[in-house]
Amino acid sequence: MTGSSTASAATTPSSASAAATASAAAAASAATIDVLIIGAGVVGTALARTLAQYELSCTVADAGNDVGTGTTKANTAILHTGFDAVPGTLESRLVRRGAELLRRYAEQAGIPLERTGALLIAWTAEQEAQLAEIEDKARKNGYLAARQIAADELYAREPRLGRGGLGALEIPDESIICPWTTPLAYAVEAIQAGVRLELRTRVLGVAAADGVHEVQTSKGVLRCRWLVNAAGLESDHIDAMLGGASFTIQPRRGELIVFDKLARPLVNSILLPVPTPQTKGVLVAPTVYGNVLLGPTAQDVPDRSDTATTAAGLSSLLAAGRRIMPELLDEEVTAIYAGLRAATEHRDYQIRIDADRQYACVGGIRSTGLTASLGIAEYVVERLADAGLTLKERTPTGPPLMPYIGQAGMRPYQDQGRIFADPAYGDIVCHCERVTRGEVRDALAGPLPPADLDGLRRRTRATNGRCQGFYCGAEVASLLADPAGAR
Amino acid sequence: MKTDVLIVGGGPAGLAAAIELGRLGVRDVLVVDREREAGGVPRHSAHTGFGLRDLRRVMDGPAYARHYRQAASRAGAVIRTQTTLTDWASGWSSESGPVEATLASPAGIETVHASAVLLATGCRERPRTARLVPGSRPAGVLTTGELQQRVYLHGQRLTGRAVIVGAEHVSFSAMLTLAHAGADVVALVTEEQRHQSLAAFGLGARLVWRVPVWTETAVTEILGSEQVTAVRLRDRRTGAHRIVPCEHVVFTADWIPDYEQARLAGAMIDPNSRGPVVDTTLQTSLHGLFAAGNLVHAAETADVAALSGRHAATHIAQFLSAPVGVTPDPARTVPITVGPPLRWISPSAIRVPGPLPPRGRFVLRSSAFSNSQLEVRQDGRLLHRERGRLVPGRSIQLAGAWVNEVNPASGPVQVDAG
Repeated sequence: MTGSSTASAATTPSSASAAATASAAAAASAATIDVLIIGAGVVGTALARTLAQYELSCTVADAGNDVGTGTTKANTAILHTGFDAVPGTLESRLVRRGAELLRRYAEQAGIPLERTGALLIAWTAEQEAQLAEIEDKARKNGYLAARQIAADELYAREPRLGRGGLGALEIPDESIICPWTTPLAYAVEAIQAGVRLELRTRVLGVAAADGVHEVQTSKGVLRCRWLVNAAGLESDHIDAMLGGASFTIQPRRGELIVFDKLARPLVNSILLPVPTPQTKGVLVAPTVYGNVLLGPTAQDVPDRSDTATTAAGLSSLLAAGRRIMPELLDEEVTAIYAGLRAATEHRDYQIRIDADRQYACVGGIRSTGLTASLGIAEYVVERLADAGLTLKERTPTGPPLMPYIGQAGMRPYQDQGRIFADPAYGDIVCHCERVTRGEVRDALAGPLPPADLDGLRRRTRATNGRCQGFYCGAEVASLLADPAGAR
Repeated sequence: MKTDVLIVGGGPAGLAAAIELGRLGVRDVLVVDREREAGGVPRHSAHTGFGLRDLRRVMDGPAYARHYRQAASRAGAVIRTQTTLTDWASGWSSESGPVEATLASPAGIETVHASAVLLATGCRERPRTARLVPGSRPAGVLTTGELQQRVYLHGQRLTGRAVIVGAEHVSFSAMLTLAHAGADVVALVTEEQRHQSLAAFGLGARLVWRVPVWTETAVTEILGSEQVTAVRLRDRRTGAHRIVPCEHVVFTADWIPDYEQARLAGAMIDPNSRGPVVDTTLQTSLHGLFAAGNLVHAAETADVAALSGRHAATHIAQFLSAPVGVTPDPARTVPITVGPPLRWISPSAIRVPGPLPPRGRFVLRSSAFSNSQLEVRQDGRLLHRERGRLVPGRSIQLAGAWVNEVNPASGPVQVDAG
C-alpha cells in the first residue's frame, strides 16, 4: 500500500481546501503522512534525517518546544566506542556502527568533536584484576585498540590524577562531542529536505482506521501510514497506545557538575572508573566547550520530568571528584544539572518493528543514544523497508554546516576574515563563553530558531559560562526578545 | 600597535588609573573595556553614594561612570569599548620588556605591545550554580548584576514575588531595584545570625519596605519548571523546611574576582580571595603586571576601587621610569597571611622598602561576627594592634603604617583577630 504513498496527500484537491484555512498542525493532520516520528530527541531527529534521503513525507512531533529537550540535552556528551557494552546485544552493534557514522557526520556538519581517549582506572587490586576482563569484553565488542597501562604511564598521562591509581585500561578512541549541535544538525538537515517538525505537540492517543494511524495530539489529529516511536522517556507510554507492554521506562537520574574552563588543563582524557553491576560510576571528562565534567550519579526516580539536582547527589559527586582529582575541587563550579536516562528493566534497546501494524518501537535507548543515533536510524530504516515501507532514494541534501560552538577549533571572535567581512562576529556579547552578536543573530534567524533562552544556549553557549548571566544575561535576554537588536 | 600602559577594564579602578597616569605624564595609555560603554558596575547602579572618598562629592552610579569616562578621555587615555583581551600572545616572564596581548573587537583582531599592564577586571557575584544550590533550572534565577542591568539598562519590569539570597549592602540594593521594577520582595534570607549591612538598612527594610530578613536560613532548593515557582528554605536552628512561593530568586554578594586574565597570564593567585596576589605597589607576582580595584578586593565600594587604581598608576609610572632590565628582588617582598576567622587581606604582600598600601590601609574579610583586636606580627614580634569590628562580607580596614617596620629578611607577616 505504500507504493502510492510517495506523493503527499496534501496535494489532493479534497484536503487542499481544508489545509488552506487550518493551522500548520491541522494542515498536517488533514494529509496522511507516510511516516510520523514521535520524539525529536537525538534518535527521532536521526531517524528523520535518514528517512529524508528517500521520497516520502515525514513529520516529527515532539511535546517540547525544541529538538532534544529530553534525555538528549543533559548527558555526559561522550561519543562511545562501545568497548564496555554487553557483547552480542543490539546496543553493542549499534553503538559501534553509530560511532563510525557520527564521527564522519560530525566532520561534515562541523559538530564539535575531540578524540581525547579514555582511561578506565583501577584504584584497588580487585579492580586491577578486572581490567583484563574488560579488555576481553572490548574485543568481543569488536573494539581491538584497548590496552592496559601501568601506574607510571597512567600518571605520565594524567599528572593531576589523585594518588592511588594502580593502572588503567586505555581506550584511545573514546571521544567527547557536542550533544546540542548533533540533534540540531539532524533536524536542520531533515527540515531542509522537507521533513515537517511539529513542536509543542504532545501525543495523547493512537487509533487505527483503514490501515492508517490516527494520532491524537495536543494540536489536533495527525494521520500517518507508518508510526515510529522514538519518544525516549515516554516511549513505553506510546508503545502501550499501540498495544505494547513489553517494557517500562524506569527513569534513572544522573546529576552532573561542570567546572570552570580554568580547570580544563588539569584533565587530558576521559577518566572512567571500573563499572559495577549497578552503575558505570562517576567520571571526570573534558567537554567540547572547554570545561570539565564530573558525574553522573545514578538514581532511579519515579517522575519522568524530575531533572532537579539534589544536595545529596552533588555532595556525593564532590566526594568522588576529590578522590579522582583533588585539584579539580579548587576550581569554581560553572553549572550543575541533571538528566534522565530512559532505562528499562531490560539490558538492551527495545527496538521492535511490527509490519502488520506498520509501527516501529525505538525505545529504551538508555544512555548511549547520542553515540548510536545514526546507527539506530540506519538499522530501523532498513527494518522498515523489510516490513514494507517503500524507500526510493532521492538526491541527498547532505549534512548542513552548523555554527561551530566548540573550544578546540576556531570560533568567530578568533577569525579575522569573518570579522572584517561582518563586524558582528567581533562583537562579543557573552564574555565568559565569547559568544558574539553575530552568532546570536544567526541562531535567531536560522532554519530552526530557538524558542527560549535555553534553546539559544544550546545553539550558541550564550550565558552558559562562569558568570551565568551576571554580565550578559540582560543583554542576551533583550536580543532574544527583540532579534532586530542582534542585527 | 604599541602602548606604554594597557589597562584591562574600564571601570572605576581602570579609569582612575588612566587619569592618574595622564597626570603623571605617561603618554600612551590604552584602556580596553569589553562592554559597549566604559564605566563598569556603576553604569547600572542607580542609587546614590558614589564618589565620596575619591571625588569628595556624591552622585549616582551612572553619573559617576560618566564622570570617569570623560575625565579619562580628557587625561589623554584612549578608551576602546567592545574590546576584549582574549589571550596573552606572548607569555609573561620575569624579564622586563613589552608583553603582547590579543584584542578582539568589531574592528578585528589586533596584537598590542605594552610596557606595563594593569588588570582592573573587577568582580562578580557567584551565581546559584557555583553556590551549589540544588533543584530545577527554571528562568527567574538572577544575580544582582544581571538584575540591575535588566532593570536600569534594558528598562525591564519584573512582576511577581522575589526572594533575595544574602543580607549585605548589595542585597538591600537589590531589594530597591526589585521594588523599582515592580516586584514584591518577600524576604532577604541569610545563613548568618544577623544581616551584614548597616543597621539603618535592616531597619528600613522592615519598617519602610516591610521586607523581613530571615536569618540562619539557607536556600536548599529551587522549584519550578519554566519559571521559578518557589524556594525551599531550611531553618538552621530547628532544621525545619518550608516552601516559599516566588517567581524570582536573586543571589546577591558572595563576590569573586574576575580573575581569568590574571590566571591565564600565570600570576600567583591568593587561594582565599581568589584575586591575584599583589604587593603594596599593586604589582602581581609577574614583572610589569599590576592589578587594582575589586579584582584584588572583591568587593569594595567604587570609590575605594578608584583609589586603588590611582595608587597602582603611581607605581606603574615609577615602573616605566625604571631602567630596562631591572627585575625586582623577590627577597624584598614579604607575604602576609591571616588566621581564622579572617579570610583574606589585600594587598597580601609588602614591598620592602616600599609604599603604604592604597589609602594607607589594608582591607580584610572575616567569616564570622566578632569585636576583635587585630594584631600584626612578624616572627612573633608585635608590629601593630587595632580594634576591629568583624562582620562577614563587610570590609574591615587595617591601618598600614607598620609596613615600615617589616624586616625583609624575616618570615611572613601574620594578622590575627584576637
